[in-house]
Amino acid sequence: MISNYIKSIGQYFIMIYETFKRMTKSSELRRLILQEIDDLIISSLGIVVFISFFIGAVIAIQTALNFSNPFVPKSLIGFAARQSIILEFAPTFVSIIMAGKVGSYITSSIGTMRVSEQIDALEVMGINSLNYLVFPKIIAMCMFPFVIAISMFVGIIGAYFAGVYGGFLNADQFLAGLQEDFIPFQVFYAFLKSFIFAFILATVPSFHGYYMRGGSLEVGHAATTSFVWTSVIIIFMNYFITQLLLS
Amino acid sequence: MIKVRDLRKSFDDLEVLKGVNTEFEKGKTNLIIGQSGSGKTVFLKCLLGLFIPDSGTIEYNEKVYQNFSKDEKRELSTQMGMVFQGGALFDSMTVEENVMFPLKMLTKMGRAEMKNRVEEVLDRVNLVNTNTKFPSEISGGMQKRVSIARAIVNKPRYLFCDEPNSGLDPRTAAVIDNLIQEITRENDITTVINTHDMNSVFEIGENIVYLENGVKAWQGSKDNIYKTDNKQVTDFVYASNLFQKVRIAQKEGL
Repeated sequence: MISNYIKSIGQYFIMIYETFKRMTKSSELRRLILQEIDDLIISSLGIVVFISFFIGAVIAIQTALNFSNPFVPKSLIGFAARQSIILEFAPTFVSIIMAGKVGSYITSSIGTMRVSEQIDALEVMGINSLNYLVFPKIIAMCMFPFVIAISMFVGIIGAYFAGVYGGFLNADQFLAGLQEDFIPFQVFYAFLKSFIFAFILATVPSFHGYYMRGGSLEVGHAATTSFVWTSVIIIFMNYFITQLLLS
Repeated sequence: MIKVRDLRKSFDDLEVLKGVNTEFEKGKTNLIIGQSGSGKTVFLKCLLGLFIPDSGTIEYNEKVYQNFSKDEKRELSTQMGMVFQGGALFDSMTVEENVMFPLKMLTKMGRAEMKNRVEEVLDRVNLVNTNTKFPSEISGGMQKRVSIARAIVNKPRYLFCDEPNSGLDPRTAAVIDNLIQEITRENDITTVINTHDMNSVFEIGENIVYLENGVKAWQGSKDNIYKTDNKQVTDFVYASNLFQKVRIAQKEGL
């Protein structure tokens, strides 16, 4: 079993290496990248905005309800919302959501191409199928930090609405808390994390789709396995990067 | 011409090809037949370069494939066309885009030139008014014809077909068989077809290779297959009552 894991890890890195070899014709690559930006990034904005707004709102309400001491300033609600959203919710939680949405889409689309021999057809034509299929996804996912930026913004707006219009604090208190002890490096840390997660989100599901064997049932199985592994790797990398940059 | 010498291929402990020796002739429809699990698909994938053989050689035009440089291998792949069992058409592309794909990826043709060539091959496989349709919107027989069009659009020297008749009714299967044979003769290319279909064997089998348990058990033409006494071949080819009756009729000169 352990040898299988080691073999898979090796195969994953070989896949990454092969992805950057024998580039597809640039005109076709440009079309594919734009298509992937649409499929992976633009189509995810709706769900990200929706979830971010309401999670931001819940963070504000939970924080407000747990501060019963009158000596604790109300502005702490804004401060806690900002810290939670920028440091963890936007980069990590949204990445886990994307592992479900984008990851399973990538695995099932590549897996279906494997099952229906479309990948073999590319190889027979002398096209590097990994470059053709995976490289545009990696480049498209470089836009992922923009999604995270939108998530941060909308999350804070959600916290503002819930906090201010829910009657927990006023707008000035929220804005004061939002600006309190702001450390710009934490934003850099969040974007660096999301950039690394984007690479994981593009490559791990591709790996599970590309190397799957079997029929349509196995495509579904590969999509589930891909979601589990992408989430596990993101959570582990989250710990590793946090330990490395913040502790 | 393709020459295969002592080709062996294993997967873990399972030896699928156990030293296949054969030749596929230019300008002829070469058929590989055999029972399920006899190694036909693995053999075809070795010829296509999708599987790397454990040992043995494959010669394309008197040159050993295993000794090809990367550029030569890439060049060879542009000379190959493949018709997959399920068609392997790209779902997200229209019929025209599917057929144009190899030209777009592998040549420096202009858009107008590519469009002309696509029209030419679609016309050759008798497909009209399907250019803007997606593979899911056309029948199985039409999908096979699109697949053939895609395989020949780049004027290949070698055409490979993996069970081109599977899932088709007998009439459509005969149309596909005849189309492949005509294309082979017109373009003087080497065509290798992997099939289970005995109608294809008797219709277009100019050079038939029978594989059993990973070795070549018999080779000959459709005319020889009526006369052969090779029990393995006769047991396989005449497994159906209909073909047994055809054989008896042939032997009795009816």
